[in-house]
Amino acid sequence: MKLELRGITKRFGAVLANDHLDITIPPGTIHAIVGENGAGKSTAMRIAYGFYTADSGEILVNDQARDIRAPRDAIALGIGMVHQHFMLVRPMTVTENIVLGAEPGSAMSLDLRKAAAGIRALSEEFRLAVDPDAVVEDLSVGQQQRVELLKALYRRAGLLILDEPTAVLTPQEVDEFFAILRRMRGQGKTVIIITHKLSEVLAISDNVTVMRDGRVVGQVKTSETDAAALARLMVGRDVLLRVDKPAAQPGATVLAVRDVTITARDGARRLDKVSFEVRAGEIVGVAGVEGNGQTELIEALAGLLPGSQVSGSMSLGGRDIRELDARRRREAGIAHVPEDRHRRGLLLDFSLWENAILGVHYRAPAVSGVGGVLLDQAAIQRRADLVIREFDVRPPNASLPARALSGGNQQKLIIGREFELPPALLLISQPTRGVDIGAIEFIHRKIVALRDSGCAVLLVSAELEEVTALADRLLVLHNGRVAGEVDPSRATHEEIGLLMTGGRA
Amino acid sequence: MKVLRDLLFPSMAVLCAFLAGALIVALVGDSPVETYRLLLGSAFSWPDGIGYTLFFATPLIFTGLAVAVALRGGLLNIGAEGQLYVAAFATAWIGITFANLPAVVLVPLCCVAAIAAGAAWGAIPGLLKARFGSHEVINTIMLNFVAVALVGYLTQYHYRMPGDPIMETTPIGSGAHIPRLGAFIPGLPARIPLNIAFLLALLSCWLVYVLLWKTKWGYEIRATGQNPAAAEYGGVSIRKEVVLTMAISGALAGMVGINEVLGYRYRYYDGFSDNYGFTGIAVALLGRNHPFGVVVAALLFAVLQRGGVPVDAFTQLVSKDIVLILQALVILFVAAEAAFRRGGRG
Amino acid sequence: MRSILTLSLVFSTIRLSTPLVWAAIGGLYSERSGVINIALEGLMLAGAFTAAAVTFYTRSPWAGVGAAMIAAAFFALLLAVVCIRFKANEVVAGTGINMLFLGLPAVLSGALFLSSGSTPQIPQDELLPTLSRLLPIAPQWRVLTDVSIVSFLALFVVGLTSYVLYRTPFGLRLRAVGENPEAADAAGIRVNRVRYAGVVLSGVLAGVGGAYLSIGQSSLFTRNMTAGRGYIALAALIFGKWRPVQTMLACVLFGFADALTIQMQGVVKLPSGEDVPVQFIQMIPYIVTIVVLAGFIGHSRAPGALGVPYDKES
Repeated sequence: MKLELRGITKRFGAVLANDHLDITIPPGTIHAIVGENGAGKSTAMRIAYGFYTADSGEILVNDQARDIRAPRDAIALGIGMVHQHFMLVRPMTVTENIVLGAEPGSAMSLDLRKAAAGIRALSEEFRLAVDPDAVVEDLSVGQQQRVELLKALYRRAGLLILDEPTAVLTPQEVDEFFAILRRMRGQGKTVIIITHKLSEVLAISDNVTVMRDGRVVGQVKTSETDAAALARLMVGRDVLLRVDKPAAQPGATVLAVRDVTITARDGARRLDKVSFEVRAGEIVGVAGVEGNGQTELIEALAGLLPGSQVSGSMSLGGRDIRELDARRRREAGIAHVPEDRHRRGLLLDFSLWENAILGVHYRAPAVSGVGGVLLDQAAIQRRADLVIREFDVRPPNASLPARALSGGNQQKLIIGREFELPPALLLISQPTRGVDIGAIEFIHRKIVALRDSGCAVLLVSAELEEVTALADRLLVLHNGRVAGEVDPSRATHEEIGLLMTGGRA
Repeated sequence: MKVLRDLLFPSMAVLCAFLAGALIVALVGDSPVETYRLLLGSAFSWPDGIGYTLFFATPLIFTGLAVAVALRGGLLNIGAEGQLYVAAFATAWIGITFANLPAVVLVPLCCVAAIAAGAAWGAIPGLLKARFGSHEVINTIMLNFVAVALVGYLTQYHYRMPGDPIMETTPIGSGAHIPRLGAFIPGLPARIPLNIAFLLALLSCWLVYVLLWKTKWGYEIRATGQNPAAAEYGGVSIRKEVVLTMAISGALAGMVGINEVLGYRYRYYDGFSDNYGFTGIAVALLGRNHPFGVVVAALLFAVLQRGGVPVDAFTQLVSKDIVLILQALVILFVAAEAAFRRGGRG
Repeated sequence: MRSILTLSLVFSTIRLSTPLVWAAIGGLYSERSGVINIALEGLMLAGAFTAAAVTFYTRSPWAGVGAAMIAAAFFALLLAVVCIRFKANEVVAGTGINMLFLGLPAVLSGALFLSSGSTPQIPQDELLPTLSRLLPIAPQWRVLTDVSIVSFLALFVVGLTSYVLYRTPFGLRLRAVGENPEAADAAGIRVNRVRYAGVVLSGVLAGVGGAYLSIGQSSLFTRNMTAGRGYIALAALIFGKWRPVQTMLACVLFGFADALTIQMQGVVKLPSGEDVPVQFIQMIPYIVTIVVLAGFIGHSRAPGALGVPYDKES
């Protein structure tokens, strides 16, 4: 199935997400669309799937112009999409999820048995093993992805759009995934994969479309290009693919974690007897596919989990921090850049200066006067301006609401806020998720600089390239346990991948 | 530009509500023009029109502030009605029990009673939410019913004047009376119940403004209302904020008791509230949860309430319940226009 | 004590639970689709008033119920438009609808009947019948079927809802839309259309519950005659974990508490021998609701997208 986008333009308020895009996807190929965060790749494909409607331009399927206004139109044409954040109804079974919208049986009665049989057949044909009666909530991320693929295949998709499909996979799972894609191509299906991982693009795709700032800046055959060329197209200039990092000079132990176990409300152990140390002046990285306990580890260290869920010992500079709440931990010198900046890190409708004091708003210099109750507007403004200046937050207007900033600038604001404490220990999670390349380089440099000023840094990242580039020591988490520790400058991605799936290095 | 929006949208909501209300009046068979003339016309005469309008505005400012503060903290306080009843009774109780104290002690004591009782009754749903997670909307409504029953019981069985057929308590001591504004303003007769509680209401507006935007406590309340996960990350105890916000909200609602008991009837009169608690919701929403907006919205609704009396008396079919309908329509239109505020996100 | 636990208590429970069941099951359709429905109170009032007024004019309770369903559906549609199309805060909008019915019935009854809020009395034989009147039953058994047809149908509605929710495509889609509307949209489902259906259905059912109050249990409409039942129904829905049978059981529990307190009046005495003041009896259903909510909300899992308007382009 051939897909063509002609002159597609889409605006969201003030942002021009897609600017007269012309993309041609030849049939029966695996086609990669690359670009950095915010380039407009997801938007373009969501238009093709009918999630959004383009302001102008047309979509041609097999050389015929088609009106795609909603996902059901795309589905009817044989287009399927697997989104970056899975579109699954968690409490429902695999079967119910797959047949949703195309239910077998009649309007009066749902025939789930017939559906399950059909799913088993498909599952065998494409070697995507799933249990049709399992509840989606209980499945692993890799299994959930298989359900998503089956959803599209069940609707007889001839064209599959996959948005950042390998973000949640270990290196080994990525290989298996690519085998599935090749099988689909062998069956005559067209596959579009949206990604920012150049190594994968080179490994699997036949053709590449490069996007930048909402425009197509290149369409090339994969065999005729390389990573550097693609990166140059993506960013518009030569890009340093590795961060320049002097050797670490670690000092005394700052954070000591011993046998920490985190038990969730349902009794499951999210973290199981984890022990490690972080010294001043070093970056300890935590790698691992999301969902293996990293989120819980950081939240527990920041004081955001109820004490009843956490056991084991945690000490900062020799002092037990278990009894301290989030506020006291920050006072003790623990800074936290959260993995979900919209949920945890920012008050989106508040101004930048109000966001700049989040966490220190209750004490001097943010407050002054009688009893330390009144906010000191001048001091707060000074603090905000300092953060904006030092951390290149744009636009540099402290009275704007945080919502008005791009992802990268929001992240820089949060980082500035936390780095200015200044901290003895920095907890930082997914530091460059959804951030453009210019900001990524800036943030990486700032983290290293903070390390060199004597801070201890615990860095969690699902981006293997980032965490191996930045960390001085690397821990790998699997199923809530430390599967192993490696030297990031020497370990290969395969070794790390093996640890991430629970194997031994 | 934002100020324009803040003025434009509520005005449009009011206009739409009035149009829909006119439709209903016409449907019922009366003249919309005549009805609105009566509704809006009687508020501006001196001294009765303005005097009574400002008097009616006083409880609405208090309940409007109460709901506004709660909404800023992310909570919907539908219990202002119950809170003000409990507070009014508490005030009367102090005024009756300690009737022999001198005014300089008794008046502040009664005021404190109103504030404390309202705060306590408001804190209950706050505690329930903080501890158990149960939604404050249902709990506050349930507590409204409980409050009315409780206060009714106390009045009927313990504090009624023997032989008095009306459900009201014995009078409070004269030391608890607060002066009417007629004592200070020439041309304003003392029979008009507008009293210094009105000035207290205005003062409360200013205090709420300072609290919410100039203090760290207000920052924490607003942050919790905006994004509890981020507030928690910033070291704020969400549970504490929920209870604190509901207590402050209840305290503000409770101040209605000061106006009613100390400044008007000088006793607790069962059922005195003309839906002040619910109107407070409309006032807060129309005033966009800002103290200064609350004053303007409260005045508007006071005008309507003042107009309800002649509407009842002089129209054939429409009763003063049309005011309740207009309030409800305002709420619906204000809620709907929230959609336009969210435009322009990238 | 024994004088309380009689057959009349059972019938009393059935009578008092009936409006709760209709309203709560109505609320289930709305909330399962992701739209919070605080307006059950107002919708019940809409149904109660319309039923009383229409039955008075047409002398047919069936016309009254039909009209009640339509009226309540209309206001539910209004709520749906405000919440779905305009993405209003659902709790605020629902409160607005409830407040509308503090005043609207009074204005309408003032115009129609020149009264201050009540409708005129309806003669006994024009009210909703009990089973004993509808079916040919021998006189000695008649007492056992002294149950309103509406109560009987309530059981049927619960069963039907169970089936619809879990065994039909509509129910699957409804649940999906309430848990993860984006996923449903991605699967090709018209999310908002499903939500409109859910909210309007809640109006239809709550309207029947209200109609039962005015022309089934009583014989006229009085101001605010629901007295908080719409909120109690919502509490029952939460307590019943948004599942049909469990919600019905929760309603029965609340109905039982209500029935018990009514029986207690005049029977249970204070140690001094005096009657318990009526106000304390009145308080009990509301306190029970508070206690139940506090005890059980932590274990309840709401539909995932409850209260979040679906906005694709955000």
